[in-house]
Amino acid sequence: MKKTLIALLLSLGSLSAQAALDPAQVRPLAAEDSSDKVAAIRQLTQTADPDAVRVLKAMAEDSLFLAGDKVVIIDGDKAFDGATGEAIKMPANPESPTVNNRIRGELASALAALKLFDADVSVRLASAQKLQSQVTPEMAPLLARALEKESDAQIKALLVLAHAQANLANTDPAARLAAVKALAETSSPTIKSVLLPLTNKAGEPDDKVRYEAIAAVKAIDSRLAIAENVGRAFSGLSLGSILLLGALGLAITYGVMGIINMAHGELLMVGAYATYGMQTLFRAYFPNAIDWYLPAAIPVAFFAAALVGVVMERTVIRWLYGRTLETLLATWGLSLVLIQSARVLFGAQNVEVSNPSWMSGGIEVMPNLILPWNRIIIVGFAMFVLFLVWVLMNKTRLGMFVRAVTQNRPMAGCVGVPTSRIDTMAFALGAGIAGLGGVALSQISNVGPDMGQGYIVDSFMVVVVGGVGQLAGAVWAALGLGIFSKLLEGWVGAVIAKISILVCIIIFIQKRPQGIFALKGRFVE
Amino acid sequence: MRKPLTIRILSALDKKSWIALGIFLALALVVIPVLHLNFPEDSALHVSTYAITLIGKIMCYALVAVAMDLIWGYGGILSLGHGLFFALGGYAFGMYLMRQIGRDGSYGADLPDFMVFLDWKELPWFWVGSDSFGWVAFLVMAVPAVVAFVFGYFAFRSRIKGVYFSIITQALTYAAMLLFFRNETGFGGNNGFTDFKRVLGYSITSSETRLVLFGLTAITLAATLVFAAWLVKSKFGRVLTAIRDAESRIMFIGYNPLWYKLTIWVISAVLCGIAGALYVPQVGIINPSEMSPANSIEIAIWVAVGGRGTLIGPIIGAFVVNLAKSWFTVSFPEYWLFFLGLLFIVVTLMLPQGLVGLWKKLMAKKGDAAC
Repeated sequence: MKKTLIALLLSLGSLSAQAALDPAQVRPLAAEDSSDKVAAIRQLTQTADPDAVRVLKAMAEDSLFLAGDKVVIIDGDKAFDGATGEAIKMPANPESPTVNNRIRGELASALAALKLFDADVSVRLASAQKLQSQVTPEMAPLLARALEKESDAQIKALLVLAHAQANLANTDPAARLAAVKALAETSSPTIKSVLLPLTNKAGEPDDKVRYEAIAAVKAIDSRLAIAENVGRAFSGLSLGSILLLGALGLAITYGVMGIINMAHGELLMVGAYATYGMQTLFRAYFPNAIDWYLPAAIPVAFFAAALVGVVMERTVIRWLYGRTLETLLATWGLSLVLIQSARVLFGAQNVEVSNPSWMSGGIEVMPNLILPWNRIIIVGFAMFVLFLVWVLMNKTRLGMFVRAVTQNRPMAGCVGVPTSRIDTMAFALGAGIAGLGGVALSQISNVGPDMGQGYIVDSFMVVVVGGVGQLAGAVWAALGLGIFSKLLEGWVGAVIAKISILVCIIIFIQKRPQGIFALKGRFVE
Repeated sequence: MRKPLTIRILSALDKKSWIALGIFLALALVVIPVLHLNFPEDSALHVSTYAITLIGKIMCYALVAVAMDLIWGYGGILSLGHGLFFALGGYAFGMYLMRQIGRDGSYGADLPDFMVFLDWKELPWFWVGSDSFGWVAFLVMAVPAVVAFVFGYFAFRSRIKGVYFSIITQALTYAAMLLFFRNETGFGGNNGFTDFKRVLGYSITSSETRLVLFGLTAITLAATLVFAAWLVKSKFGRVLTAIRDAESRIMFIGYNPLWYKLTIWVISAVLCGIAGALYVPQVGIINPSEMSPANSIEIAIWVAVGGRGTLIGPIIGAFVVNLAKSWFTVSFPEYWLFFLGLLFIVVTLMLPQGLVGLWKKLMAKKGDAAC
């Protein structure tokens, strides 16, 4: 508190002391030679005076004139003294100094740098952030001064970095050393590239500074690598969430009915197209509430996919119980029909589904690690759906029936569970969850007739690894596969990663044919 | 005492079937070549190059269908990855065809064009010997056999079956497709192999070469049929069928299903490889999309349409579905997937025994009515 007060007093003192500019400093602004002008602009910038801002702004706006030996600012029919800012009489015939492009550029950067001294905190912050990428050695004294005056901790931190960057070209090795040490704390790729020239003898003659720079680059590199891997793990987590939404439904239908639904990916597609439909609807009728189309799409997608699921179950799958291999083929046929229907209805091209505004952007955890909102929301959404499914399966009567049929169908039938209705309900539930997966998928990837095909192999792998009819298995397998494949992708590339994961799964199945979480028991079918 | 092999092979088919087979061979080896070569193109009796290529292609598919039927219809194992073995055979023979191009490629280099394009200086190790017909003919059978053996050994040993097995074979072919799509894998990436010029020194586009390939395919198909008929009637075939119907019981009796399943699995893969090798020179291209899971599932539907568990069924199925496909994709391309999808559904729902089963049922009804 005390310190802040003192700083404040000091800055006030310095302000009042320099209320007016030295006319000798202002005069060269209207000099004949461009280099003189540039020198004057730089000098004025160094004063960091509000009056300097006024004068330079006027020059940039072409309202700076030379009247006799005085620099004046003419605003409409009023005239001000350039140095003091006092109103004066309109001079007789003012001359306008030439402001060429070089001068304009100089003025722009001077004004930008002077923003560091603006009274408004947010203006200072924006200016400091902008500066990070364009620090030049000449700015060092200016930055030092700004640092002295700055009271806001966040801006101060930015200024320390900028000052250190500017100081890297200082002729004093001690100053350079301090600068390198300060920069070693950061984790930004730009700063790394600034430091890189100092790591060889040509760029840095002083041994001590050079070793420090090498260490700093190493430290930054390791932090960058951590951030990169965290980013990959996170995108793996969001991929895992999508897989989970796809696999939950599969796990339920496979568990209950022992059939694999090859059209499951197309149910994802139905959900995604339902989202697209809601977006179109909102654009046409509720353009003001366009951001709300996504929440509205959730129930629509669920019921659309569930309805398709019920129709599939009632017309085709119902007649194939006990013939699992044939069900595989029939559901593949269903998937072809669904794909072609989507092509006929919506065209073969991908349709555009945009993120609502509240899903764009992201949280910046580190300079090179931004967690996008849409992925964060998808992870949250998957967890929410998982929770709902868990409640449904474990706390409701329907869930109890579903579990009963999964464990022992004839026995469940004997004690009065309507098994055939449970089949339909379970299938509709699985389809609906796939529809929800489609909503999530529409936010991060293309929506087109073929979109389901890409996820179907992965979803099966989740079910196979996780074990049949096991929600916990599906969860661990989905998240594990998602994260593992994204991490692997970063190291060896997407294709090799995919192949090695498939090979790993094939090997894994050798060891545990029933998946990670197998139901315990011994039986021969 | 066992009967001599020739007798056993002769008794694999009944008299009617031998006659049908003879007619088929006569058609393919004599009638079609004569019609193609001796009649001018505007004659009604002329068989066009297009028709020969199409029928040749479908005969290759029929070969795959028979292979599929051996494993699915008789072994009860549904493979959704047979496209992989077909493509492996095709790629193996494609290597030879690529080498036969010689310096006639667009770069005029010793290496195949795509390698020049990738700036490779020499052939990768697995291309060694690919200019020798004998070695490649061996590879056509050996590569699918080895892949099938390794995969099948592990899968059958841990007693993976049913849909699990199907899904894993699908993953296998999917992984292979991704692998072959890479340029660095050394098989031409996306484009695969194409622009073939010669086979065994003969121009690949000449009518005579086409007819020879066509005839070879017909002979291979006929021989496969005889072999398969003999196989399923042998003791091996009977044990296999028993495994299909009651695997646990067969194990309790004292058989080890592993070697039966593995043998038929490898035989099936080798047949697919041969089909692929015959397919590539006739169609003139092989690329990784042959390995797509969708292609492999289509093989299953040929067998299902014709009737599994019969040997003539898959051949009928392959012809019916593929002729329908070439008609649809020309006349109503947007309806082909609807048709194929409905075919999958209708056949599984209404015709579990396929067309052959339907025919048998109709015959039985007719017989009843006659009585």
